[in-house]
Amino acid sequence: MSNLIDLEKKINSELTTKINSSKISHEQIYLNVDSPDLIEVLSFLKTNNQTKFKQLTDITAVDYPENSKRFKLVYLLLSHEFNNRMLLDCFINENEIVPSLTPLYPAANWMEREVFDMYGIKFKDHPDLRRILTDYGFEGHPLRKDFPLTGHNEVRYSEDKKKVVYESVKLEQNYRDFDYESPWEGTKYIKKQIKEND
Amino acid sequence: MTKETKTLNLNFGPQHPAAHGVLRLILELDGEVVEKADPHIGLLHRGTEKLIENKTYSQAVPYFDRLDYVAPMNQEHAFALAIEKILKIEVPIRAKFIRVMFCEIGRILSHLLNITTQALDVGALTPSLWGFEERETLMTFYEKVSGSRLHANYFRAGGVHQDLPRGLDQEISDFCKKFPKSIDELEYLLTDNRIFKQRNVDIGVVSKADALDYSFSGVMLRGSGVPWDLRKSQPYECYDQMEFKIPIGKNGDCYDRYLCRIEEMRESIKIINQCLDKMPKGPIKTMDGKISPPPKKELKESMEALIHHFKLFTEGFHVDKDEIYTAVEAPKGEFGVYLISDGSNKPYKCKIRAPGFSHLQAMDYLIKGHMLADVPAVLGSLDVVFGEIDR
Repeated sequence: MSNLIDLEKKINSELTTKINSSKISHEQIYLNVDSPDLIEVLSFLKTNNQTKFKQLTDITAVDYPENSKRFKLVYLLLSHEFNNRMLLDCFINENEIVPSLTPLYPAANWMEREVFDMYGIKFKDHPDLRRILTDYGFEGHPLRKDFPLTGHNEVRYSEDKKKVVYESVKLEQNYRDFDYESPWEGTKYIKKQIKEND
Repeated sequence: MTKETKTLNLNFGPQHPAAHGVLRLILELDGEVVEKADPHIGLLHRGTEKLIENKTYSQAVPYFDRLDYVAPMNQEHAFALAIEKILKIEVPIRAKFIRVMFCEIGRILSHLLNITTQALDVGALTPSLWGFEERETLMTFYEKVSGSRLHANYFRAGGVHQDLPRGLDQEISDFCKKFPKSIDELEYLLTDNRIFKQRNVDIGVVSKADALDYSFSGVMLRGSGVPWDLRKSQPYECYDQMEFKIPIGKNGDCYDRYLCRIEEMRESIKIINQCLDKMPKGPIKTMDGKISPPPKKELKESMEALIHHFKLFTEGFHVDKDEIYTAVEAPKGEFGVYLISDGSNKPYKCKIRAPGFSHLQAMDYLIKGHMLADVPAVLGSLDVVFGEIDR
């Protein structure tokens, strides 16, 4: 179905209870589902004759540390036949294990590995859930909001030991995160420093 | 009598000239036949997405140059379009034409590099020597317009940084007259070359269904016969006013992908020519002082311009709360930016969808059952650049 409004109606009528909310914005459909229904909803979207979202463009996650359900998983889908795009998201808890999409979309393999690497979200039945972008033996999940921008470790070549060594990050100068929005109250990092010194 | 056979593990890269950067490919070989390929990526990981979350919107643009560094402006384009869609900024017509023109120059830059290095991987040296001369000319256009050959930082939300310098349009138009002949020369060296064909025809064949399953885009998808190009199917900017064709392949092998790239360069030349013909005079960025900085001249006279300038280069502009995915047809495929803004001056989340990531993922599927010598050929036709894969 190439008309977005019809498509949204169709999806809502077919999957009634499984869709939490749906909207159309920027010529794309946004759906929100619960994580246990993910596989069912996605296999419907992929195989149904009127949706045919045959390509999984990307998978990513967003971190909202203040929410009770910390992460939002986002699946970007594309239907070549009807020329539609869809953003499907679901909120999950920090330790929740999500079903892997690899059997349905082979492309999900590395995308899920990346989400695991960056956010620490685990996928059930994934064929090969290793880290992908970070260093061998890396610890932590860099795209979480509580991971510092500078990271924890730095590497250098040690002339004494004749090998590359890992050390904790030493900064010549503190990372300066200027808070331009409230110039009269001082920036956050100065406030933090004052607090620490007290 | 039974003979015991053992597979051999081979490390291909990360310091291999045919690995196109820092790819570590662990191959499991049975004799000379590849049984399994396990690409290890991330050796060029710089944490671009994390950095962008900590920078203002205009500070984030240069990071996009450093993704696919052979066609920098195409990446900036996706980011600029995402912000413009959220803020609903109207881009002046001249800026649209300039951006499309430089995106097509980027396409030629990327395809030239890919075709010639692919030829280098399978044994032909001359094409790269000829092709790189043309690339150098194209990069001078980048330099003239933005000040640098590679990391342009030229596109802005709402337009481009500055207008074309005087005479550049004439130079580009001269280049467009000469360049088709250079493509002919490249084709003369490669298209009917026996060795080139032996190394590429029927190698790394991708079927239509698999191309979709593995999330292929761009030439990798079109080479398999899927007529899909975002410039035509979801026209952005002013591509709907351009006349051009989308070449598609038949067999989905390395050779068809090479042919697609050659034809795409010819089509890009057509688009650049149309841009030069149709480009009107006028502003090159939005007049909204809250988004784009005022001209230098006004700074000396207008208090308002001075305030805008100061605010834009310290605090930056704010982007309304929204969530969007925008994709452009980069030379390597669909390059997308998934942006979540929270109303502040920094993106809350910016996921970069790099085409090469999904292409390289399929390496195991593509190379299984091929000979070791086919690895560089397949890798070359994937058109991988590690800047965008590792991010």
